[in-house]
Amino acid sequence: MGRLRTITRRSFLVGSVAVGGAVAFGTYRAVAPFDNPNEETLADGAATFNPWVVIDSDKITLIATHADKGQGVQSAQASLIAEELDVELDQVEISFGIPGPAYANGGMGDAMAGIPLYEYNASVERTRGFVNGALRAVLPMMATGGSSAMPDVFLKLRDAGATARETLKLAASQVSGVPVDQLKTAKGAVILPDGSELTYTSLAGAAAEVEPVRFVELRQPSDWRILGKSHGRTDMLPKCTGTLDYGIDFNIENMVHATVRTNPNKGAPMKSFDAADALQMRGVQDIFEITNGIAVVADNTWRAIKAANAVSIDWEKPTYPLEQAEHWAILENAIGKEEHLNAEAREVGDVTTAEGTEVTADYRSPYVAHAPLEPLTATILVSEDRVDIWTGHQIQMMVETFVAEITGVDVENVHLHNLFIGGSFGHRLEFDYVRQAAEIATKLKGTPVKLTYSREEDFLQDFPRHITIGRGIGKHKDGKVTSMNVDICGASVMASQMSRMGINLPMPDTQLHEGAWDYPMLNLQNNRVRSFRVDNLAPTSSWRSVGAAPNVFIYDTMLDETIHAAGADPMMERIRLMGHGQSVKVLEAAADMCSWNGHKVGPNTGRGVAYGFSFGVPVVTVVQVTNTPAGIKLDEVWVAADVGVVIDPNNLDNMATGGTVFGLGHAINCEITYANGVAQQENYYDHEAMRIWQCPPIHFKALENLEKVRGFGEPPVPPAAPALGNAIFAATGKRLREMPFNKFVDFV
Amino acid sequence: MKFTINGKAQEVDVEDDMPLLWVLRDELGLTGTKYGCGVAQCGACTVHMDGLAVRSCQVTAATAADSDIVTIEGLGTPDSLHAVQEAWVEHQVAQCGYCQSGQIMQAASLLDMNDAPSDEEIDVVMGGNLCRCGTYPRIRAAVHSAAAKIREA
Repeated sequence: MGRLRTITRRSFLVGSVAVGGAVAFGTYRAVAPFDNPNEETLADGAATFNPWVVIDSDKITLIATHADKGQGVQSAQASLIAEELDVELDQVEISFGIPGPAYANGGMGDAMAGIPLYEYNASVERTRGFVNGALRAVLPMMATGGSSAMPDVFLKLRDAGATARETLKLAASQVSGVPVDQLKTAKGAVILPDGSELTYTSLAGAAAEVEPVRFVELRQPSDWRILGKSHGRTDMLPKCTGTLDYGIDFNIENMVHATVRTNPNKGAPMKSFDAADALQMRGVQDIFEITNGIAVVADNTWRAIKAANAVSIDWEKPTYPLEQAEHWAILENAIGKEEHLNAEAREVGDVTTAEGTEVTADYRSPYVAHAPLEPLTATILVSEDRVDIWTGHQIQMMVETFVAEITGVDVENVHLHNLFIGGSFGHRLEFDYVRQAAEIATKLKGTPVKLTYSREEDFLQDFPRHITIGRGIGKHKDGKVTSMNVDICGASVMASQMSRMGINLPMPDTQLHEGAWDYPMLNLQNNRVRSFRVDNLAPTSSWRSVGAAPNVFIYDTMLDETIHAAGADPMMERIRLMGHGQSVKVLEAAADMCSWNGHKVGPNTGRGVAYGFSFGVPVVTVVQVTNTPAGIKLDEVWVAADVGVVIDPNNLDNMATGGTVFGLGHAINCEITYANGVAQQENYYDHEAMRIWQCPPIHFKALENLEKVRGFGEPPVPPAAPALGNAIFAATGKRLREMPFNKFVDFV
Repeated sequence: MKFTINGKAQEVDVEDDMPLLWVLRDELGLTGTKYGCGVAQCGACTVHMDGLAVRSCQVTAATAADSDIVTIEGLGTPDSLHAVQEAWVEHQVAQCGYCQSGQIMQAASLLDMNDAPSDEEIDVVMGGNLCRCGTYPRIRAAVHSAAAKIREA
């Protein structure tokens, strides 16, 4: 896969497009040695030079590979290309593309450089650039996660559009004889000085014969016509008419329907099973053993699930503790112990000698399920020398790798067709459902198999958010916070998640202090954050915002307690301590939105503010609640954030609202607990989160002061829970130190 | 068993107790109606049966037989949207969108009965439709917009 091969293949393509009459564009060759995946399946009459733009005589196709699980990233990617290409979004087809290292995520390295993302200067950026480059060279990985899509694609997709546009102008110049500098472009066409148009599709053949333009200056934001404006998501109409096919809706000729039941004692084997009765049920074609459980193959999903429930199964017990109380006890025993130290993540001043009156508190954050509304599902067809996979997944190439291992088919002949995902929150970073579909499809070689989980199986097999405890000592003197000393102990979510990819986490688990160590507090003289790690608990996985969800809850609530003990104003004291310019502006924006200063709330009503910094984005959430005879009522919420550059204000607002609802709802009533090794929650009646009647009005304001564009899928989540807890304290005087809050207070 | 689905006569050979949801999805290929929980907790499978919103995961084929069923595919199409769908697109309600077929069918049923619902009435009627992405404020706003469209029609 070296440079020589790339160049050779390209030369071949340049020769072939003259015949084919189609062309694709981009500068990626200038910066990346990877093959263009579009070359793999190029039909007669089509050609491609680069990964993101393909034009033939019929249509313009934009390749947008980041997995769309509801965050609108397909639209956002297409709009970045379209802005520079001068096409309208209704003129193009958008494809999730063919997985390949050309689409390696270049937006995840920033967070791995070991420098808090609020620090920004030339030296720090060089370090991040080095980490990103090293990642790309050593492990070019397609992945959608870590709110990294916009940092990944913000430059490269506009560049792909711009270079394609300029190449089309060169072709139009050759065709028309008009000099390039007299040509304009708009709505998928090159416009000649006399006003006549040459459409891009008509120019495809000619453009294929010119050397693609590589370097084009990108337009200034003031010239943008799509970006920065609310342009309407391309997936909205199909989603509102039931015409968008999610993975669960996929259908292909001769497809059979399968479901699985695997050991709810996660990771443990199956002892035995008896499927005699189930095999007699209508529509059931086969029932057989797979890894740690059974698969049922039938002619209808419901028949498969019904039969699976009729199989009697004897399970082995897991290696993790059977009862929830033991899980908590293990964390309690590990926190503060040298042998469990994960990282001394932050050390400013000396928290032991710092002056001030002490405030101490312990916190708990539970296991929480992902439970997106579309249950896990994947369709796989194993043919003689080829495997096709139709599913939605966030780590595309690894899906192909694992399916190759299971089916025994060479990975180059394993093809993932990524599909829209009905919610993820981290669920689609896992591989079990794909592995199981591959096991079943291998046994049914030649027959496409759609695996669909029942909701109960989806809950029971989920790898939930890791449990975390916190222990804090705050100090205050003369009405000011003087010291914050926070220890956090959690089940290592990164070690657990990576173990299922066959990787041993080679370093401390940064998620065990994320959101706490980088809570800026640059004006605080004494600040220590340490994390402690436990590895032998139930398996866990990244849950929207990962470590920041528990850690911001712990750190911000501890801070709020200390501020109240000091008698300071929660907003003003956070502003005083923060010391990070953009974060201060976000705090001030939130204070302004809700008229924090001078606003008098009524009796039994209180406001809480929380600050969360995750994935480089400072977010401030203010929650107002009233303590009514029927319980706590959420009155109103204000959210402010800085994302650097707003791609689509309307979609950003939807993310802010949704992330806030997500954070609030789970803080109120969701936890996964283990009894006899098995999760006790198996459907939404056990783990409901927020309903519409509980949802307050939510106001949002976006700022654009950060130096770089940042992603916003996750950052609204972390401050929601502490803002609610802080508001309940303000309204009732009762401090909530453990989620879910409904264990301690009633909600309307 | 016979049904009228989106105005078209359909006949299937299934067990009496197969939920209408799976008749629609796996027997007839109408996949706009979604499976979310199977126990009437999420509302993603909401369809209209003889003009009333029902959870199709809880209506057996035998119960649904001979009735008039409308699914999201029959409510409106991309070229000819129902007022509720128009409002949903205008307000850009959906995120993952998986619950929205059910939300839209429930909202259309609400507006059939009450073309000027208050927030409280919306909350009561839509309370059984779970949205994991948290689009509730937009759902409320879109129901109000759709109500206005219907009143003006």
